[in-house]
Amino acid sequence: MCDCCEKSDLSKLTPVFEAFAGDDHALISILQKAQEIYGYLPVDVLYAIAEKTGNSPAKVMGVATFYTQFRLKPVGKNLILLCKGTACHVNGADSIEKALVEELGVGDGETTDDGIFSIKTVACLGCCSLSPVMMINEDTYGSLTPAKAKEIVRKIREASK
Amino acid sequence: MKLVFGEGSCGIAAGARKVRAAVEKLNTEGAVEIGITGCIGMCYLEPIVDVYDGGTLVKRLVKVQEKDAERIYKAVAAATSAALPELADLEISADDKEFLEKQTRIALRHCGLIDPEDIAAYEAVDGYKAIRKVLAMTPEQVIEEIKVSGLAGRGGAGFPTWFKWNAARNAKGEQKYLICNADEGDPGAFMDRAVIESDPHSLIEGMLIAAYAIGATKAFVYVRAEYPLAIVRLEKALAAAKKAGLLGENILGSGFSCDIRIKAGAGAFVCGEETALIESLEGNRGMPRLKPPFPAEKGYTQAPSNINNVETFANVAWIILNGGAAFAAMGTETSKGTKVFALTGKIKRGGLVEIPMGLTLRDVIFGIGGGIRDGGTFKAVQMGGPSGGCIPEHLLDTKIDYKALGATGAIMGSGGMVVMDSHTCMVNMARFFLDFTAKESCGKCVHCRIGTKRMHEILTRITEGKGKEGDVELLQDLCNGIKAGALCGLGQTAPNPVLTTIRYFRDEYDAHIREARCPAHECAALKKYSIDPAKCKGCTMCAKKCPVGAITGTVKQPHAIDQSKCIKCGQCVATCKFGAVAIG
Repeated sequence: MCDCCEKSDLSKLTPVFEAFAGDDHALISILQKAQEIYGYLPVDVLYAIAEKTGNSPAKVMGVATFYTQFRLKPVGKNLILLCKGTACHVNGADSIEKALVEELGVGDGETTDDGIFSIKTVACLGCCSLSPVMMINEDTYGSLTPAKAKEIVRKIREASK
Repeated sequence: MKLVFGEGSCGIAAGARKVRAAVEKLNTEGAVEIGITGCIGMCYLEPIVDVYDGGTLVKRLVKVQEKDAERIYKAVAAATSAALPELADLEISADDKEFLEKQTRIALRHCGLIDPEDIAAYEAVDGYKAIRKVLAMTPEQVIEEIKVSGLAGRGGAGFPTWFKWNAARNAKGEQKYLICNADEGDPGAFMDRAVIESDPHSLIEGMLIAAYAIGATKAFVYVRAEYPLAIVRLEKALAAAKKAGLLGENILGSGFSCDIRIKAGAGAFVCGEETALIESLEGNRGMPRLKPPFPAEKGYTQAPSNINNVETFANVAWIILNGGAAFAAMGTETSKGTKVFALTGKIKRGGLVEIPMGLTLRDVIFGIGGGIRDGGTFKAVQMGGPSGGCIPEHLLDTKIDYKALGATGAIMGSGGMVVMDSHTCMVNMARFFLDFTAKESCGKCVHCRIGTKRMHEILTRITEGKGKEGDVELLQDLCNGIKAGALCGLGQTAPNPVLTTIRYFRDEYDAHIREARCPAHECAALKKYSIDPAKCKGCTMCAKKCPVGAITGTVKQPHAIDQSKCIKCGQCVATCKFGAVAIG
């Protein structure tokens, strides 16, 4: 590792390794716990997991990049999951995405400069009857219109200031 | 009196918890009993609050908002009879009641009726009676009962359940595993989520019966990480079952032991494929294995394993209690029992619908779903998600049956039914699905990895008006190549949305390619905005809003759009108060 790499507090991983000790198939669970702790998966954390689980760093990276849940970069304070499932597509998810991009100036997979929002499109949140839908942190917002989506985001931005 | 709040994910998203919190705040003296339940499946009416008198449902209140909380609380707290006339405006209509009355519920039998977080509520409706009955039977007798029922895998493939159980039972190996596939990845399907959130004990009981039948002592539920509530409820249910001696060592003193663990998936559509799911369970990238050997011989850690879907397990306890013959009495010659569908899209009444096999698509979409909303006209129904196809209007009388649906080019799939009206462009729909499968392809097989990407590119250029003569034939050629060259179900079925839209909506492809026209007016690049001089009042609003200055005109005179400048953003349509901007 070079000097520019992140320096994370790796001691936070100790209870995770203890919880999964002896389970050879727990790599995904460990990565999930690590992401809960750090908010994303820093490179030094991936190396630490590789060493502790006896996997090659390449395998750990391979798993971390295969699944959509894992992030290799930090996310904003509020994570917007915009549903682009079939029902949402039919009911205008594209126009909601356009509205969010207009309002926030960033698109799928990006974070606003002030670090307040990140946008991520997802395949289906399973609330199809409320489509189009987005989820911000733990809250789901349904029956969206472009105006309503902008309004919700504005309110959260106000509250975050 | 008791108020019961429908708190599945849809109900919560619609505001059920806020309403409950408001009522609880008023209920300081405990004049009203308050409880929760799961999802009744009438998602379009959420939040739903049921009023019970004793054990009887007396009123179902729908689309309840926080502002209604006080009036509901007061009416119910002061009620002397179940009439509650002051809540009449919130009560479900007779039409909406039909949505449930026309269904036959087996897999969803308890959903929205019992408290999913209370094991006693499940036991009160004959819960865990089936496992007691099974423990007195031989595993062979259990498998025979499932064989008689004709139950087939509800995850999509429709493979006979008894056959898989039998193969796993007969496979050689000390340790056998049972796996529940709750990685509901099809966009537009949410029945598995509803079952876990609303009736987790029926899943547990179904799994215990299967584990007993095949001789498995360890079981997993592989749940999507996108379903946090389902995971929480299942964890609670597993803990309660364990405490009651229904899980773990020596279950109910029978000598049979089985433990169930939850494994959260991490987001990969391909993990719905059973061998990919096993790879994922082992902590690897979810890439499918070559079959054979089938999981029944070599599955999780190369040990004999059996995988079934949530909805399949949810039927098992009912079959044991009521007999396989009762289940087989419903349905058609080739498809027995009932199936749950997630009805969504441009439908009037969207939600979960469980019906006996053999009803027609028209029965479901128009009879139960109430037809197209906002006065639109039906165009097609998409069945089976990204692996399925679009079925047009003239095939609406097709029976819901594995064989009959397969003949249309679509599949039963896991039960997603997305209804589309005349505003949905079928070429764009195909593009949408290929975008999905191209992103979700695991990359193992060249045909799937590169073929879906190329198909997506071709479909994108068609929707942008840059299609070429011969593109449709090229797509068909690629479809055949991918079908033949892909290892797993994801790749083999990825061409289905393209093949069915070409088969039934070839005219739309031709209009895009030959006339640069989108008949549904959906494809942005092919839209043409113009101002009707007869309707335009010259208010100048559109000209002010237009981000590229494409609209010109003087005050009180009809305006015009310069097509060479227009970027088709649609701001003018949204701004015009006189409906003067036409989209062609």
